[in-house]
Amino acid sequence: MTLADLARPWAAMSYGFLDASAKRELRRKMIKAVCVPGCQMPYASREVPMARGWGTGGLQVSLTLINPRTRVKVIDQGADDSVNAASIRRFLARVSGAPVTLDTLEADLIQSRHRVPEEILRSDQVLVLQVPNPEPLRPVQPNMSIARQMHADADYGRMWLQLYEQIVRSGRVMQGASYPSMVNGRHVMTPSPIPRWDVPKLHMARHLTILSAGREKRIFAVPPFTRVEPLVFDDVPYRVEDHGGLTCARSGARGVFMNEIPQSDGGSAHEVSDSEWGVKTIRHRDGEAVRMGETWYRDGRFVAPRPGPDPGPRSVRTDADPDPVPGGGAP
Amino acid sequence: MTLTLDAPRIVTARPLLRVAGVTKSYGPVQALRDVDATAYPGEVLGIVGESGSGKSTLLRMMNLEEAPDRGTYTLDLEDAPGNLFDLDRFARRMLCATRIGIVYQNPHLGLLMTHSSSGNVAERLLVAGERRFAVLRDKARAALAASEFPLDRLDAPPIELSGGMQQRVQLAKAIALEPALLLLDEPTTGLDVSVQALVLDTLKRLQQERRITMVIVSHDLGVIRTLADRVMVMRRGAVVEAGLADQIFQDPQHAYTQQLVHAKL
Repeated sequence: MTLADLARPWAAMSYGFLDASAKRELRRKMIKAVCVPGCQMPYASREVPMARGWGTGGLQVSLTLINPRTRVKVIDQGADDSVNAASIRRFLARVSGAPVTLDTLEADLIQSRHRVPEEILRSDQVLVLQVPNPEPLRPVQPNMSIARQMHADADYGRMWLQLYEQIVRSGRVMQGASYPSMVNGRHVMTPSPIPRWDVPKLHMARHLTILSAGREKRIFAVPPFTRVEPLVFDDVPYRVEDHGGLTCARSGARGVFMNEIPQSDGGSAHEVSDSEWGVKTIRHRDGEAVRMGETWYRDGRFVAPRPGPDPGPRSVRTDADPDPVPGGGAP
Repeated sequence: MTLTLDAPRIVTARPLLRVAGVTKSYGPVQALRDVDATAYPGEVLGIVGESGSGKSTLLRMMNLEEAPDRGTYTLDLEDAPGNLFDLDRFARRMLCATRIGIVYQNPHLGLLMTHSSSGNVAERLLVAGERRFAVLRDKARAALAASEFPLDRLDAPPIELSGGMQQRVQLAKAIALEPALLLLDEPTTGLDVSVQALVLDTLKRLQQERRITMVIVSHDLGVIRTLADRVMVMRRGAVVEAGLADQIFQDPQHAYTQQLVHAKL
C-alpha cells in the first residue's frame, strides 16, 4: 500500500470551495451560535476569492450550508441585481452546482447584505446576513477585552447612554441601521446594518437567521421563535421608518421599505428597496401570474402574526405616530 | 429620680468604612504596608502625604478598582456583605455603581469626554438599571444642580468645559445615586485658587446637607484642613499618624507630620 493509494484523488477544489475541516468548524460554530442566541462565537475566517468586508462572512456560511439541491438567493441592499449580489450568486452556483433564484418564496438559502426580504420567511428557509461590525459595544467601549466582559456580565447600561445622547442631541433616536437589539433577553447584538424597519421581522420569526462577520471573525445567530427586542427607553417607544405612505416610482408598490433617489430638481423619488418585490408588483400589474407572498408589513404597519408563545402582533410604531403622553408609562 | 444619659456617639457609632491590614506591592515597590483606616457615617476622612506615599492606591482600592495582596475592606451596609475584596466582578461593579461615588483628579478618568454632561451623569443611573428617559433627564439635572453646575450647559460635552466645570460634572455623577461613600482623589489639584475655593465650597455644602461619608485624598493641607474631620498622614506606603484634624494640625507628633505642617504654615 502506498501513500498515494490512501490519499484522496486530487481535485482542483473541494465541494463548495471551502475544505472539509473549514466547513466542519463553521458548522460547529453555527450550532454553538444557535445554542446561545445572539452570542458572538469566534471562528477562523478562511480566505475566499473576495476581499474582506465584501460579505466573506456570509459567503463562508452559505458555502457551508449549501448542497446541490439548495436554491440560493443573494441580496445586496435589497437588490438581487447589483454587481456584488450577482457575483456572489454566480460564485455559489459555480462551486456547488446549486440552483439559483431571485424569488424569496422559492429560495432555501438567502444570503443578504443590509436587508431582510419583505415577504415573510418560512421555517424551512435560512437567512444569512453579512455583518461588517458584529460588536454592539464598540461605540461605547473601544476596548474589546472589556467589551467581552461586559457581554459576560450582561452589562449593557451604556448602550442606553448612546440612545440618550441621540435623543438629547436630535430629539429622537437617530440610529438608522444596526439598531442594537436584545436577543432572547440575554445578549445584545447588532443585527447587521439592516434598517430599523427590518428588526421586528427577526422577532419570533419562523426562520433561522445566521449573522457572520468575515473580517471580524465572529458568528452569531437568531434561532427560530427567539425574542429580538430593540433597546428602548420605557417611555420612548421603538419606531420604524415611516415609509407606509410612500409609493414606488417604478412599480407603484406601497407600504414597504423604500430607497430615496434624489432628483435633479432637488426633490426625491422613491423606489422599492426589495427589488424582487418591485418586479413582482410590476408583473402582477401587467397581468402575469406571479405568486406574491404574505408580507411582514402592510401599508407601513407591521402585521406579521407572531407564532409561538408571543400573543398576536406586537405593535410597532413608525416615525409618524404621535408621541405618547410625556412622562407617561410604557406604551 | 435617675438621670440616664445616652452613650456618646463616638462609643455607639459603628464605622461605615473599615480597611484593615492592606498590603500591596508592585514588583519591588511596596505601595502599601499594613494600612488601617476607618471612617464613621457622615464623617470626612482626609488622607495626606507626599507623592508616591500610596494614598491614591488606597483610594483606588476603596473604589474596588484594584485588589491588595493582603487585607480586608468592609462597608457597614446591608448590600455589602463581608470582605469587599472577595466580591466577584459583577457584584463589585454593582456596589461601586450604587453605593460608592468617586471624583478623580483627572476628569478624563471619570468622564466620557465626548458625551453630554447630563449623559455622563445619566450613565450612573443607567448602570443601576434606570430605563425611563424622563426620569434620567430629571435626575441628571437635579444632580448637576446640586453640584452647582450651570444648567444652560447641561448637554455640553465635558471636553468643551473648563476644569472646574469638569470636576462639577464628576461630582454630580458621583452623587447622582446618593452614595453611602464619596471618594475624592485630589479633586481640586490643577484648578486655580478661586475655582478651587468654589469647588471646596460646593463639597462642604454637600457634605453638610447630605451627611455623605467622604474620603478625600490630597497633598494640599489647606484642602484637608477645610474639609476633613479626621486626618491620616501617609508616608512610603504606611500610616505615620492619624487623628482628629485639629489634633494633627495643632499638635503633630510624628517628625514627618511636623515637617509637613510647618512647611505649609
